[in-house]
Amino acid sequence: MKRLTRRAVLGGAAAMGVALGARRATAAPVRLNFYFPVAVGGPITKIIDGMVADFEKEHADVTVNAIYSGSYQDTTAKALTAVKSGEPPHLAVALSTDMFTFIDEDAILPFDEIAGSGGKTWLDGFFPAFMANSRAEGRVWGVPFQRSTIVLYWNKTAFRAAGLDPDKAPATWDEMRGFAGKLTRRSGADVAQWGVEIPSSGFPYWLFQGLTTENGAILMNEAGNEVYFDKPEVVEALQYMVDLGRKWQVMPQGIIEWGTTPQDFFERKTAMMWTTTGNLTNVRANAPFPFGVAMLPAQKRRGSPTGGGNFYLFKKTSPAERQAALAFVQWMTTPERAAEWGIKTGYVAVRPDAWTTPAMKRYVANFPAAAVARDQLEFAVAEFSTHDNQRVTKILNDGLQAALTGEKHPAQALADAQSEADRVLRPYRRS
Amino acid sequence: MPSRLRPQIEGWLLLLPAAVLLALFTHYPTVATAIDSLFSTPRGARGAVYVGLDNYAEMAGDPVFWQALGNNLVFALGTVPAAIALALLMALLVDRKLAGRDFVRLAYFTPTVLPMIAVANIWLFFYTPGYGLVDQLLHLLGAPSHNWLGSRGTVLPCLMVMTVWKEAGFFMIFYLAALQQIPPSLGEAAALEGASRWTIFRRVTFPLLMPTTLFVLVNALINSFRLVDQIIVMTEGGPDNASMLLLYYVFEVGFKYWDTAYAAALTVLLLALLAALALTQFLYFDRRVHYR
Repeated sequence: MKRLTRRAVLGGAAAMGVALGARRATAAPVRLNFYFPVAVGGPITKIIDGMVADFEKEHADVTVNAIYSGSYQDTTAKALTAVKSGEPPHLAVALSTDMFTFIDEDAILPFDEIAGSGGKTWLDGFFPAFMANSRAEGRVWGVPFQRSTIVLYWNKTAFRAAGLDPDKAPATWDEMRGFAGKLTRRSGADVAQWGVEIPSSGFPYWLFQGLTTENGAILMNEAGNEVYFDKPEVVEALQYMVDLGRKWQVMPQGIIEWGTTPQDFFERKTAMMWTTTGNLTNVRANAPFPFGVAMLPAQKRRGSPTGGGNFYLFKKTSPAERQAALAFVQWMTTPERAAEWGIKTGYVAVRPDAWTTPAMKRYVANFPAAAVARDQLEFAVAEFSTHDNQRVTKILNDGLQAALTGEKHPAQALADAQSEADRVLRPYRRS
Repeated sequence: MPSRLRPQIEGWLLLLPAAVLLALFTHYPTVATAIDSLFSTPRGARGAVYVGLDNYAEMAGDPVFWQALGNNLVFALGTVPAAIALALLMALLVDRKLAGRDFVRLAYFTPTVLPMIAVANIWLFFYTPGYGLVDQLLHLLGAPSHNWLGSRGTVLPCLMVMTVWKEAGFFMIFYLAALQQIPPSLGEAAALEGASRWTIFRRVTFPLLMPTTLFVLVNALINSFRLVDQIIVMTEGGPDNASMLLLYYVFEVGFKYWDTAYAAALTVLLLALLAALALTQFLYFDRRVHYR
């Protein structure tokens, strides 16, 4: 009864995926359903379809149905719905931070187990910073694919106009605050140009994690069942973020919309912005002035969280299907493919050896900004991720927004978030 | 006997397709949701177990739920009367003979035809601080720019304004149809008696429109709990839950947190609330509405 119920209620979304999957059924022995999201601008579906076609040419016995599944949020929802209906996809690209969610739903398989001993070299070939969101319980659950970090973009024309060196980005928190002060132009009660914008709508925790990392704090343990929101370093980081708007008034007060921040930058509404490297191609195409890309400024150290999506392999599939799915993931993450994907999309190529391919060397020589994200990986940390991830993340987001809108003091907001998160995570501390 | 049964059978056969669809996609999910709300959320290998009213007890201690409920009441009180008043005003305007009447009617109706997602994306840019339309207009009056969707105090009113704009055109159509049903002789008779136009509206037109007003009121109230597309596009319930509405909270609990049992309990509460609203309106106001 229970099972039937859930199938009826949640089955609708799954039905679409299944129907699409059936469309390209052929006589090939193995047929894989592959869900992928689109999270940045550009002809992503076309690129994926092209890569899939190339893979099928080399693997005559495997057919891959690449199924566009909406946003990251939609993809996780569709994959989990399909799991509950008993017809999961064979593989999917989903947020690296949804790993615990998939594990708790008993939906995915560890890559190291499927790949056996031969897979170790392959898995060790990715940037360690990207693998940080792949490991739990001594296993590897995700393989990095479309990954990013946060970087600082600055308007060189505005820097020159403010008497700053147009080729030098702020390297520390104090410098960023100082530069932002010089860059903020007021006309009467209004501000014509802000110094800096750190977006805070939707998922402020991600950008905030840049600040906490730089201030030497970590937000969660590797097991994903403890968080450290109320540590002094974390409170200091939030205080700095709040003060940029409220005390020093070099950043708009209240919530800064993630989606319109690049537009603010193009419109010269802000001279600096923090956003994902995934926006690199967008900014390159649309900024009407020379711009620079830099690592985030340091306080105690440099730092940024990683972000983006990993490959996952799903349970309830046959051994032959699993091996075929693994072969596809391995093929998609060879140095040449990783380089191709990075160049076409703006994501950070996920393996060091992808950066030594001739194609990537040419790309970086023409567009050195592309290498900033790679260089920052040395200082990057795992993106915030816990059990019951969306709920805990939301608690942190609410706390951050309460502080940014002046509803609570940073220390109070984070203490409240800590006790709330503790309540949610308590069940996951008993093993 | 068979001749008497036949029309019966035919009748039931005619009803069958609609009945099956309703049962399958409306009644069965409703009952299933109510049953689910009494069980815990199954996680992976751990199945669902019967927990009685635990999910409902959790609701009582959930601050986000109470905030969503409060926001929703404010949202309903703010949008429903305003949308109805605006709809009536627009209908009265375009009911009269005036140049370009069809064009004006079309213009009033346009927001209704546009998908909510598209509308929300357009208004997102209207509300953008600095160079958004709202700020540019206020700038002409010398007002400083404001972070409309990013401040706790203004986010819900901003969404309400947009919702009224979106909804009023739809309700106008009902009023327009109702106005054209009123015999002109009633107004003419009143005018002969020397009644002013305001008196005619208050004493003749408005009372005759009451059935329509009731219908629109029910629909508007239900819509205020039912439409949350704009939240998904514009605010995701933020900042700090200041624009969280009940249905969006159900979506978030169900499809972001995957706490399906708690989402089921919230859904049952939302259903009960809407049922109570609809029943009160029909049972109580119906007696006081003048039907011809």
